[in-house]
Amino acid sequence: MMMNSTSIVYLIALPLAGAVILLLAGRRSDKWGHLLATALCASSFFVGLYQLSLMFNRPSQERPVSQKLFEWISVGTFKIDAGLLLDQLSICFVLLITGVGTLIHIYSISYMAHDPHRRRFFAFLNLFIAAMLLLVLGDSYLNLYVGWEGVGLASYLLIGFWNEKPAYATASKKAFVMNRIGDMGLSFAIMIAFATMGTVSFIGVQAAVEQTSTPVLTGIGIMLLVAAIGKSAQFPLQAWLGDAMAGPTPVSALIHAATMVTAGVYLITRSNFIFDAAPTAQLLVVIVGAITLMFGALIGTAKDDIKKALAASTMSQIGYMILCAGLGPVGYAFAIMHLLTHGFFKAGMFLGAGSVMHGMNDEVNMRKYGALRKAMPITFVTFGLGYLAILGIPPFAGFYSKDMIIETAFNAGGSKGIILGIVTLLGAGITAFYMTRVMILTFTGTPRWDEKAQPHESPWLMWLPMAVLAIGSATSGYLLSSNDSLVKWLSPLFESHEEHHELLPPIIVSALALVMVAIGVAIAFLKYSRREIDAVAPKNVSIFTRIAREDLMQDRLNEAVFMRPGQELTKTLVKTDAVIIDGAVRAVGRLTIATGLSLRRVQNGFVRSYAAFILMGALAMIVAIWVVVQ
Amino acid sequence: MMWLTLLMAIPIIGTGVIAILPKKNEQAVKQIALTTTLIVLATTLAMATRFQRDNVELQFTEKYSWIPSFGINYALGIDGLSLVLIVMSTILVPVVVLAGWNEPQGGRWSVKNYYVLILVLETMMIGVFAATDLFLFYVIFEAMLIPVYFLIGGYGTGERSGAAVKFLIYSLFGGLLMLAAIIALYVISSSQGGATFDLAALSGLQMSSTTQNLLFLGFFIAFAIKAPLWPLHTWLPDAADSATPGTSVLLLGVLDKVGTFGMIRYCLTLFPEASKTFTPVILVLAVISILYGAILAIGQRDLKRLIAFTSISHFGFITMGIFAMTSQGHSGATLYMFNHGFSTAALFLIGGWMISRRGSSTIADFGGLQRITPVMAWMFFLAGMSSLALPGLSSFVSEFLVLVGTFTRYPVHAVIATFGIVLAALYILIPVQKALHGPTTPGNENLSDLNLREKIAIAPVMAIIVVLGFYPSPLLNVINPAASHVIAQLGFSDPAPSNGGK
Repeated sequence: MMMNSTSIVYLIALPLAGAVILLLAGRRSDKWGHLLATALCASSFFVGLYQLSLMFNRPSQERPVSQKLFEWISVGTFKIDAGLLLDQLSICFVLLITGVGTLIHIYSISYMAHDPHRRRFFAFLNLFIAAMLLLVLGDSYLNLYVGWEGVGLASYLLIGFWNEKPAYATASKKAFVMNRIGDMGLSFAIMIAFATMGTVSFIGVQAAVEQTSTPVLTGIGIMLLVAAIGKSAQFPLQAWLGDAMAGPTPVSALIHAATMVTAGVYLITRSNFIFDAAPTAQLLVVIVGAITLMFGALIGTAKDDIKKALAASTMSQIGYMILCAGLGPVGYAFAIMHLLTHGFFKAGMFLGAGSVMHGMNDEVNMRKYGALRKAMPITFVTFGLGYLAILGIPPFAGFYSKDMIIETAFNAGGSKGIILGIVTLLGAGITAFYMTRVMILTFTGTPRWDEKAQPHESPWLMWLPMAVLAIGSATSGYLLSSNDSLVKWLSPLFESHEEHHELLPPIIVSALALVMVAIGVAIAFLKYSRREIDAVAPKNVSIFTRIAREDLMQDRLNEAVFMRPGQELTKTLVKTDAVIIDGAVRAVGRLTIATGLSLRRVQNGFVRSYAAFILMGALAMIVAIWVVVQ
Repeated sequence: MMWLTLLMAIPIIGTGVIAILPKKNEQAVKQIALTTTLIVLATTLAMATRFQRDNVELQFTEKYSWIPSFGINYALGIDGLSLVLIVMSTILVPVVVLAGWNEPQGGRWSVKNYYVLILVLETMMIGVFAATDLFLFYVIFEAMLIPVYFLIGGYGTGERSGAAVKFLIYSLFGGLLMLAAIIALYVISSSQGGATFDLAALSGLQMSSTTQNLLFLGFFIAFAIKAPLWPLHTWLPDAADSATPGTSVLLLGVLDKVGTFGMIRYCLTLFPEASKTFTPVILVLAVISILYGAILAIGQRDLKRLIAFTSISHFGFITMGIFAMTSQGHSGATLYMFNHGFSTAALFLIGGWMISRRGSSTIADFGGLQRITPVMAWMFFLAGMSSLALPGLSSFVSEFLVLVGTFTRYPVHAVIATFGIVLAALYILIPVQKALHGPTTPGNENLSDLNLREKIAIAPVMAIIVVLGFYPSPLLNVINPAASHVIAQLGFSDPAPSNGGK
């Protein structure tokens, strides 16, 4: 029996209250809204720390706690409580969400200082934090679903925060719709689970797995994967993430790098009991992760927009996590470790990008940067630490977490292991290339600035969070992996696994990874550091570069296969409705009028013909009733 | 105490008071109308607290002989289903009165007549859900058309006369089929222990399956026109296009529910075998309605027609839930009826305010409203979120119950219907983007935001949408016993969890 707690709900309630207060108070809260929102997010973080300390003091089997708030939906056997579950896995997310979240709140106070709608921005940030916390704290798939769509909503509102620009409004709509396609997968998974297991709570489903047939589990697993693909911007639903950079940069850092897009990894890890029992679904998870990690990395090599380059990198890094989560049970903990370290270094780099934009009149084109190292020393250092972390240079965070993924991939066994190992190694090399490109274009070389640009370091409210995240980028990998601390912490949740045979010893894997990284860095240096950078992207480039610039044609594909046929279908149906269905109705109307006009002749005033009609009518009625009664 | 008669009498008393007021005193007329509807609401809520929710028998029953020679009674009584719909109706009427304070001004007739029509309609709305005598039900069912006809034709906009006639004729056609079926039932009952129109007595009749099927269709087609089920829907967009927003709310929010209510109360109860026979066909029509209504909504350029088509999609969900014959589907459908009333009301009322301010209902004429009229824009957005069934808002609970309840018995239908949630995102976000986002289009610069009266009118609707999303239990507790009773009467029980054959 799980222990009860009465204080989990505060984690969610505090930021939710912030959102409600700020939205209802309106302009009256313009002066203090951002402070309240930041304070509430921070309070939620401290509640999280408090919960963590309580957890530490209990033996590992007694660490999970639950809280039932009230009965939410109850019809027949479909009983869903508004219930929360805080265990070793969710506390990791709680601290990441509220910790990074608080830093980004602080950063935004300054970043959004000149925006007339800053209060609303903070309301949405708080709404996002609350929804994301509900996502990771709900004790059933349906509760998770509420948070799942809640973060979709918050993301929509924040991507479209400057929706007076039509392109930004379109980007937010695209994100919501593509997310909903994924959400549909989650709906299906819940329906299948209820129809076959009679429950949708995590505990209930876990207990029912043993009695459930493999095809059903595979079906649920695939549907959960569809959900994860939508939310985590994995192939083939990744096209919204690049456009999502329309939102203010803190949003990109918080939502589209550190938290929301990792929800898919959470979902798969949380559903470990299903995937462990459904190898086919697991294999699909791995394939999706592998494709996306290459996809994102390739797109990253061709982007001149600093935020889009980072977004492509996010897609790729989450591909790593998804791949690793598909290699459960051994992979789950490593996926989470990379998720946490990535949360630090990617959020830090996004905030760094925001800081650069802040100093460069919101310019995002890296071809117009250059030599910013001197103008923005703090940004350069913090971004640089993130860079070292994502490359996986020892002893920075990514070294620990990414190497574990590559190692796990190689050890998956057979040809699968070799293929995955090579893919993850290649990905590491390409990552090194495009991240080095970002560093060179932005911070080194000669200035290629606009005349009006006067780059300057950002105020302390902005660089302080960047500095904290940079420290995390430097140290989190070591802290999480020393003594296998994270793996041990999470192990009670996952099925214990027999030791896999080791294809390659860890030291060889690390060496291979470093060689790949070195190659990537070297190519980037050769290509970008030794000659002048064109201020405008060159046109006469290879077909591969062009395809990569266009996000590997996914938008074109979606437009050709779904959007345009959909628009045609809509047009055709609108026409059909007016012409055929309503046309038939109107035809009946006209026929009636015509009949009436011709029948008018019958109204001839002769009583005897009326009598005949009455008689005929009465007979018809009697016959009709007789037929019916028979 | 005769609660139901009292409820029906209060609006009539209100019309009496309005009748003696001078025509020119429009303010007083409005105030009396609002007061009357609020008294009805208070009385309804008082009655609801006395409702025994676990009792599946009809409650607050009344019965008086009306036309003894034909066995016709004035008989009333409600169960959880009717209670929920009456509560919904009596909340919506004062909201509509307050929201459309200036609506009747542009009409063909006086302001006074407008409120007389609304109040008479309220009496009928209560009666139609409470009647337990088939003849009484039929009379109200048909009589309701008259005030709506005048509300559209007299106070609407655009092609109002044409739309009103189309609505009237289409509904009368369905009513006629139902009348024939009712007469046949009466005749059959006379050969089986006494001619009667009493619903309970009629539900035990012996009929050949052909008879049952024909009579079922007589009722069902009438209800399918009301609740517009594809392909009988084309009157609705025209009517919604021409009606005032308030009338649209009552038409789509309440009157159309008589269709889905009738399917449960009359089709399923009177013709259990025929209901099962036709279930496959009806489920297909329901699924088509869900997708067709949604796609058509995406293709609309006019805001009012767009909202009307979203309702066609939503009625598809309700019908699917009813005929899925599971407790989740059935309770979900009933809850859906309630929730749809409020989300549609919110869309029509706020959309109506946008349209009357702009003087156009073409979506492309709006643009950038979020910065010009933020409160109005955000309220419209919230209403839209409710329409696309965002989790946390009331319609999610009902929509998901319908889907999961359908899935356990008809997985293919449920899966296809679920694609409707992606379409819903499109039919809401496209108008949101065009009307609320983007640069300000010329002609919108000086629109005014919601005033206090409008905020007060919409506040309860929004509150219901949000609160019931998180806490639907008060309603489900009333709905569940009635819903499972109907399912059990038909001999169905929920499918047991199938572990996929292991």
